[in-house]
Amino acid sequence: MARVKHVIVNGKEFAIDVDGERTLLSVLRDDLDLTGTKYGCGEGQCGACTVLLDGVPIHSCRARMSTVLRRKVTTIEGLETDGRLHPLQEAFLKAGAMQCAYCTSGMIMAGVGLLQKKPNPSDEDILAGMKGNLCRCGTYQRIFAAIKDGAKALQGGAK
Amino acid sequence: MSDQEASELILEPERYELSAAAPYRFDIDRREFFKVLGCGVVVLFLVDAALAQQETGGGRRRGGGGQRPAEISAWLHIGEDGTITVFTGKVEVGQNIRTSLTQAVAEELRAPVESIRMVMADTELTPYDAGTFGSRTTPDMAAQLHKIAAEAREALLDLAADSFKCERDSLTLANGKISRSGANDSIAFGQLTKGQKLVKSVNDKSSPTPAADWKIAGTSVPKVNGRELVTGKHRYASDINRPGMLHGKVLRPSAFDATLASVDTKAAEAMPGVTVVHDGDFVGVTAPDVLTAERAIAAIKAEWTAKPQVSSAELFDYLKKNTRGPQRTGRANEAGSAEGTPAADQKLQQTYTVAYIAHTPLEPRAAVAEWKDDKLTVWTGTQRPFGVRGDVAQAFGIPEDRVHLIAPDTGSGYGGKHTTAAATEAARLSKAVGKPVKLVWTREEEFTWGYFRPAGIIEVSSGVRSDGTITEWEFHNYNSGNSGVRSPYDIPGQRSEFHPTAYPLKQGSYRGLASTANHFAREVHMDELARAVKMDPLEFRLKNLRDSRLRAVLEAAAKAFGWGKTKAADGHGFGIAAGTEKGSYLATCAEVAVDRKTGVVKVLRAVAAFECGAIVNPDHLKNQVEGAMVMGLGGALFEAVQFENGKITNPRLSDYRVPRFTDMPAIEIVLLDRKDVPSAGAGETPIIGIAPAVGNAIFDATGIRLRSMPMTPQELLKAGA
Repeated sequence: MARVKHVIVNGKEFAIDVDGERTLLSVLRDDLDLTGTKYGCGEGQCGACTVLLDGVPIHSCRARMSTVLRRKVTTIEGLETDGRLHPLQEAFLKAGAMQCAYCTSGMIMAGVGLLQKKPNPSDEDILAGMKGNLCRCGTYQRIFAAIKDGAKALQGGAK
Repeated sequence: MSDQEASELILEPERYELSAAAPYRFDIDRREFFKVLGCGVVVLFLVDAALAQQETGGGRRRGGGGQRPAEISAWLHIGEDGTITVFTGKVEVGQNIRTSLTQAVAEELRAPVESIRMVMADTELTPYDAGTFGSRTTPDMAAQLHKIAAEAREALLDLAADSFKCERDSLTLANGKISRSGANDSIAFGQLTKGQKLVKSVNDKSSPTPAADWKIAGTSVPKVNGRELVTGKHRYASDINRPGMLHGKVLRPSAFDATLASVDTKAAEAMPGVTVVHDGDFVGVTAPDVLTAERAIAAIKAEWTAKPQVSSAELFDYLKKNTRGPQRTGRANEAGSAEGTPAADQKLQQTYTVAYIAHTPLEPRAAVAEWKDDKLTVWTGTQRPFGVRGDVAQAFGIPEDRVHLIAPDTGSGYGGKHTTAAATEAARLSKAVGKPVKLVWTREEEFTWGYFRPAGIIEVSSGVRSDGTITEWEFHNYNSGNSGVRSPYDIPGQRSEFHPTAYPLKQGSYRGLASTANHFAREVHMDELARAVKMDPLEFRLKNLRDSRLRAVLEAAAKAFGWGKTKAADGHGFGIAAGTEKGSYLATCAEVAVDRKTGVVKVLRAVAAFECGAIVNPDHLKNQVEGAMVMGLGGALFEAVQFENGKITNPRLSDYRVPRFTDMPAIEIVLLDRKDVPSAGAGETPIIGIAPAVGNAIFDATGIRLRSMPMTPQELLKAGA
């Protein structure tokens, strides 16, 4: 069985020694203690495990370690810069876009991925980008608003 | 509401779950506070023992301990550094009580929200609590914390008066400080409590600040731990990692109630790092990582003996045929006398059904267990930390004070996490290997081995006069439950009964309990009656309704929706529904678009008006109402647990459809604030209105009446054909 010896997460290279069949989700949570990324369904239906792989949102519960070799993983723990929240994290707080917040990391990562691709997303873009993420508490309307607000903040910041 | 009705509300959530032994209560006596907390001011809330018994469903402390006049339900400590710490056994599951309870304390102490720390749901630190259910946190715990903090405020004022050697009347409290009027000096809480060992207690007779004067309570304070949540730093039970921890997995039976006939674990045992634990019908493994644990379980050869069981196709026949014994006495609600009521011009008899549905909390059941010197610590997501502690202690035959159970703020519950076998399973595995073990149920396990919202059949027969007066009303609920069974409309001689039956799946609490099913049947039936006498459904309801609080939400929802102002577009329909439960009032209006070819219903717009007394946190309340409405859409349109011969056949999110982004209607919430009425809980009731509102809107759009939840495209096509 192929072993995977390192992984790049949030800009840092970690020396590991894991079975290449293990999921990225499990290695993040159980080996690197990066527990902000959550398990929800194991079949890519809920999005709680969303991380960015080379900037693109993926379901880490379905990504085998052998497929993430030498690629850059970004998790919720990697969004803050110098103790400052990412504008989308701020937008989620401002919109109160959570209840139990178990989906929040995945929502924010999916949102960050979406806004990288579509900095000024239409409503349809948001639906298309977020439809793989579930919030059982039903805060979708607020998450929607947070993404719009985050988009504005990001564009403002880019000026 | 009568006392009996009130106690039924409290007992109802655990109707299916109180078969376990009465919970032992871990009493910490007053001297022990100081061991935990050091010096300072402590205020305890003492619940009258008789009341406590009622609140916990009769569960009393086992064993000795002697007579105690009262039970402690919560306490507050102000330390020498000025830190205010509040201890409560309630659990945060997303309903935002960590924030709302903080507001209650901040309000009375006139202290900043940031200066208050809530310690919750830890069996060694917090007083016994029966559990977080029944929408009781706001009416009970928040009210108690108001009183505790008010008493602490008075104690601080006494201390300050001593310190300043002045009259209490000349002192004012603000921003965590006490200042003297006229003088330019102030003293912080911490300075006042220095060297003090002051213990006070309060009971229900204390009087806190009236809602009309609230400054911090009643405002939209953001989540106190919001930053932890958006950064992924908060650790749910499933996020706890311990040094040397292994991962566990349990071998599941082939079907419900199957027993283990034979098992061969040799191949699993031979796997590096794997330990197999076999104890009666329990077979589990530990391994260094989840994948190895999964492989080890897959390598176990087991044979199970299973019995034939009822399947979803026969469900409703089965429930109806297995009504158990006589109807529950004392539960038949009869209101007034029908004598002298004029005869009905039209009679209507209909049957409604609701399916089994699953809570599907996004965080599945999970636990981390760790034994040290015969003492067990368990972290698990549950709404009943003390109850689960009891379950675990009982499983190992040890006293409860050797189990320390911690319920970190949990990835939701919706009534579904009253029990969690994950705690006992993790503890069993950990005991065998002498290391901490984490066990996270897979989604499939969560869908299969928890419990479900009961399915049910509801039969309604009624009579109505041509002028819209309801003259007869008989309502029978089979299996789904008693909550909300009684009609709020003024119908003389109405009869509403709950009939327990034998049932095929493990069933228990679910947000709103049976109120969702009962309101679906009642409010759809009301729509049918209105149509029968050709009256507007809103006008028909108001004609038969005196309850001013329910009338107020109906009128508010109708106004915001624009009810009666326009006619629905072709293929669209409008629906309205209302109800009351657990002391709060809801009306919901919905607009749907129906695709007659596919049977697909899209809810375009939903308006809810909600009133639950004095509003504690408007934004969080709005969030709850929105969320409950969205969750309710699932039960209304999509969700049904399918099962066959002891197996759940759709135990995956790819097969069990829950509401998603693309299902969202435009939502508008109207909140009515009644500062003159004590705050009721609000996490549950807003779920009850959406299904009947949508059902009635489907009828408005198509003329097709659906009487089963979920109202699926298949049902619609079948009924329309």
